[in-house]
Order: sequence, then structure tokens, then C-alpha cells
Amino acid sequence: MPIHDSPVTRQRPSYGLRAKDRRRDTIMKYVITASAFGAIAVIVLIFVFIGREALPVITSAEVHEEVTLKGMVTPVEWRATKPKTYIWQPVSEVPKYSLFPLLLGSLKATFVAILFATPFAVGAAMYSSEFAPRRAREIIKPVIEMLAGIPSVVLGFFALIVMAGWLKDAFDWKYRLNATSAGIALGIAVIPIIFTVAEEALRAVPRQYREAALALGASPWQIARRIVLPAAAPGIFAAVALGFGRAIGETMIVLMASGNAATWTLPLTDSVRTMSATVAAEMAEVVNGSAHYHVLFFIGALLFILTFLINLVGELYVGRLKRRLTGSAG
Amino acid sequence: MKTKLLLAVAIGAIMTAGIGVAGSSITLKGSDTMVILGQRWAENYMAANKGAVIQVTGGGSGTGIAALINGSADIAQSSRAMKDKEKLEVKTKRGAEPSEIATAMDGLAIYVHEGNPVAKLTLATIKEIYQGDILNWNELGGPDEEIVVYSRENNSGTYAYFKEFVLMTEDFAPAVQTLPGTASIINAVSKDEWSIGYGGIGYSSGVKILAVANNDSSAYFEPTEANVESGLYPLARPLFWYTIGEPTGDIKGLVDWVLSPAGQKVVTDVGYYPLPKAKTDEKAETAADANGE
Repeated sequence: MPIHDSPVTRQRPSYGLRAKDRRRDTIMKYVITASAFGAIAVIVLIFVFIGREALPVITSAEVHEEVTLKGMVTPVEWRATKPKTYIWQPVSEVPKYSLFPLLLGSLKATFVAILFATPFAVGAAMYSSEFAPRRAREIIKPVIEMLAGIPSVVLGFFALIVMAGWLKDAFDWKYRLNATSAGIALGIAVIPIIFTVAEEALRAVPRQYREAALALGASPWQIARRIVLPAAAPGIFAAVALGFGRAIGETMIVLMASGNAATWTLPLTDSVRTMSATVAAEMAEVVNGSAHYHVLFFIGALLFILTFLINLVGELYVGRLKRRLTGSAG
Repeated sequence: MKTKLLLAVAIGAIMTAGIGVAGSSITLKGSDTMVILGQRWAENYMAANKGAVIQVTGGGSGTGIAALINGSADIAQSSRAMKDKEKLEVKTKRGAEPSEIATAMDGLAIYVHEGNPVAKLTLATIKEIYQGDILNWNELGGPDEEIVVYSRENNSGTYAYFKEFVLMTEDFAPAVQTLPGTASIINAVSKDEWSIGYGGIGYSSGVKILAVANNDSSAYFEPTEANVESGLYPLARPLFWYTIGEPTGDIKGLVDWVLSPAGQKVVTDVGYYPLPKAKTDEKAETAADANGE
């Protein structure tokens, strides 16, 4: 029985519907609408809650006694014999809340993740869209997407127990748990996302481009490298952006495998402390309403905004891509 | 449609029925150092007293104390003493002063890899390692290898104790890596040949424990039972339970049992050290007096 508002039911509302059924249909319509708006409301409320708890870092005088915005971005004194630097040490006689080591940590781990994942994911996407016979493509795509189903805690555990030790021995690093071990595990988590979107981008390139190149005598590799890849470049950037957004927000893997040391150094093989791992590790202990509590929410808000913006850019491109894919003959 | 509705109501009823069961349960929350100890105590107590329900979770001493303050735990397990600020919070938010009960003794052990030739350090040297002043084992009589330093997260009571008594309330170096629990530190130290870490004595296996001296001129002691109970080991510490006010009812029963010989035997089984005999006898006497009244 139709419950949507169609021309038929609008013109003759009682067409085929008894009063009892009409009532049920109206109720169901409201329930479904409520669910939809409920989901949106949840997202908006999360925004509001995080914003409300993070705001005292900027506005509250009580919080400013312990930490100010300026204090979070300027070097602090931590030992009389050493120069001022950025230190994250909130549980201390003089609490120190430098944001930069955490930001750098997140960026380092994510950078390694993208560096590791992109060649594999884009390579697989190119193979799947350009070279693979249809049968092979039907196997490859679901298998790579299965990678997305691995729980991140399992990847983190694997990195901690198996991979980090192996990598340290293979490359003779000083630290076993560092940005690179965590970054590689993060990369594994991010490969399916980049693969899916990149593959769609490559398939969205119009068939005429390929056919024209074939007619001019190009080989499949030449077509892929010189025609399809450049044409799909915006879509591939979108794929990488989405992967970046996922990697920077990932918590469990970096909590277990990155060493959690808030260093302010360049080498990728140093331990790092990411923003997400900091919030996860410290949130359980903070006293509700303390400066530490508000700073953690501030970091969470930063992470939220960063991820939101990156994902927005990525999603906009993906939307354009989808329209091209369904609109064209490819 | 009717059977589906019936099924939904039945499932709902079964799920809500479960909620009513947890009537008189005691919740222990807190120290990762004490979590296994807490679980063993709970198991043994529940076996001896049918009908008692005890739930134990870890999360760090800070987490346990925070839970005590906001009411989600009956007993906070803590490997450090409560700060005055926290005691005040308990008083204002829960209406009574917290009661501090020492339940076991621990020697905070300094771990290195089994293959490390260094066997003893002074407190000052350990402080220098953890503050980034000493970076290589060759400054300590070992080989030319850089030191990899492991610590606990800042919600840990062990972290707070170490900071207060070894670092003299100064900060850790930024390069010090932090791991979530003592077991993960042991795991890391056993895997990294030139690393150093610290944790409760109850967890050690597969790593070497160092002897510690107060300073260059005093003797080096290992964290054995005798050294910890007599206070000769510099980093001997009590492991605490905190309750809201003096323990009463079910909680008092549990506390008395833990302080009794049966409870203290569990401490030894887990690998920590029981309270010095004088203390347990005194507590047993006061408990007996209270029961006899």
C-alpha cells in the first residue's frame, strides 16, 4: 500500500485506504521523518557539546589561570638547564599545554600513512580499472574493501606486537614505537578508502578518451599513465583527502603503536604523540570542569574541525565525480 | 505482526530484567598496578561469600579517584596517595572525607632488558635518565647504545609516584615514551634491548630488575619482600584503597577480609608484598573488637 505522498493519494486521499490504515501511514511517516532528523540532531548536538566544553579555553578566566591560548602556542620553560621548548605535560607542578607537538605528531603519522597507502591504493585502482579482466576486478574490489572491515584495534595490536619489532630490526631504528610504525599500520587502514574513491575517479574518465588514444596507437600503459591518470587527477586528490581525514582522526592504532612521546623533532622515526591518542589516554582521568578537561575538549574540537574540513573538500569532489560517472558513457 | 510485537515485548522484558539483578554490588576502580590484585581479591571473596558481587576495573589511579569523586565507584584502588585537592573534592561532592586504607606493599621496580649488563642505579641517575640528561648506556658502565625510555601515561598513580619521589616533582623529558599499563611496559622492555622502564613488582617476568640506592654513598637494595617491608628499598610504597568515609556494611566486610591473613595471602600469590605483620595484626584486632561489640 502506498504511504508516500503521490498524486494518486493526494487527489483522492481515501483511495484504497481505510481510516485505520491512513492513521498508521501518517504515524509511520512521522516516525521515519523523526529518525532522519534525529540523526541530524545527534550530529548537531555533538558539535554544540564539544564547542561548549572547548569554549572555556578561550573565554573562562578560571581556566586562564592555568592555561591560555598564548601559552599553548609559545615555548615554555621546563628545566632551568635546558632552553625553552614546546612541552605537553598537563599533570605536573606547573602544567604545560603546548599544542604543537601534538599537532606535529598527528601530521607526521598521517603523512607516513598517506605516503605508504597512496601507491598501493592508486596502483590497485589503476589495475582494477584499466588492466584487469572483468572477472579479476570482481574479486579485487571486494577483497580490498574487506580491509576496511579490520577493526583498528586489531591493526594497532598487530603493529605493536609484530610489525614494529620486525621493522625496527629490518631498518635498524632507534625507537621501535614511532611515527613510521604507527603510520604504516594507519596506511593499511586507509588503503580501502583511497582505493574505492580513486577507482571511481578512474572509471569516470570518458571512454572516448581511451578509444581515441587506442586509435592513435597507444599501448594500455601509455593510455593509463598519460591520458586516464591526468584526467582523473582531481578525483584521486579527493581520494587522498578522504584518506587523510580518516587517518588523522584514527585513535587506537596510534595509541598502541606510536610511543606517545610528545616530541618536537623532525625525524619520522621518532616517537610521536597524536591529538587523538592524547584525548583517548587522558580523558578518563580528568576532573570534570578542570582546565585539563577543557583543553582536551579544545583538542577534540580542533581535530573535529580539521577532519570535517578535509572530508568536506573530499566529499564535494566525490559528488562531482559521481555525477560525471553516471552522466557519461564510460 | 502480532507475534513480532509479542517477541519484541518479550525481548525487552528479558533485557530490562537483567538490570534489576545488580543489587548490592561493590565497584572497585583505579590503579592498573593493583587491577590484577583487585580481581584476585574479588574472585576469592566471592567464592567465600555467596551473594557478594564485586566488579573490578582498571584505568589508572587517577581514573579511580575521579570515579570515587563522581560516584561511579565504591572503592578507588590507588598506587599513590590522594592529593589534598582530591580529598576536598570527595568531601564536597560526596559528603564525607575519604578513608585511606593501606592494603599491600609494593616496591616500584626499575626494569631493563635481561641482556643489559647494568645492574644497579642511584635515584639521582634514574632521574637524569628520565629527564634526558643521560642519553647513552656507556655513561653508566654499559655499551655504547642510546637509552630508550619508557614511562606510564599521566593518569597512572605509578607515574605520579615516580614523578614525586624520583623526579622530585620535575617534568619528564619529551622523548620519554608513554605506555598504557605496567604489562605493556614489561612487554616493551623485554623487546627493546637498550630500554628502561618502571612498574609495580607484581608484574615482572622476562625482564631484569635493578638494585636501587638512595645516593652514591648508600647501599644498593633490590625490591625483595624484606627490603620493601623494612623500608630499605628506596621506592617502597603502600598500595591504597580509598572509600567514602569509614567503610560500612558490605564494603567493611570486604576491607576486613582483604586485611586478614586470607586476603594478604592473595597479595603474596599475585606477586606483591603483604602489609608488615604488625599492621595486619593491629587491623585484625580492631576488626575483631568492632565485631565483638
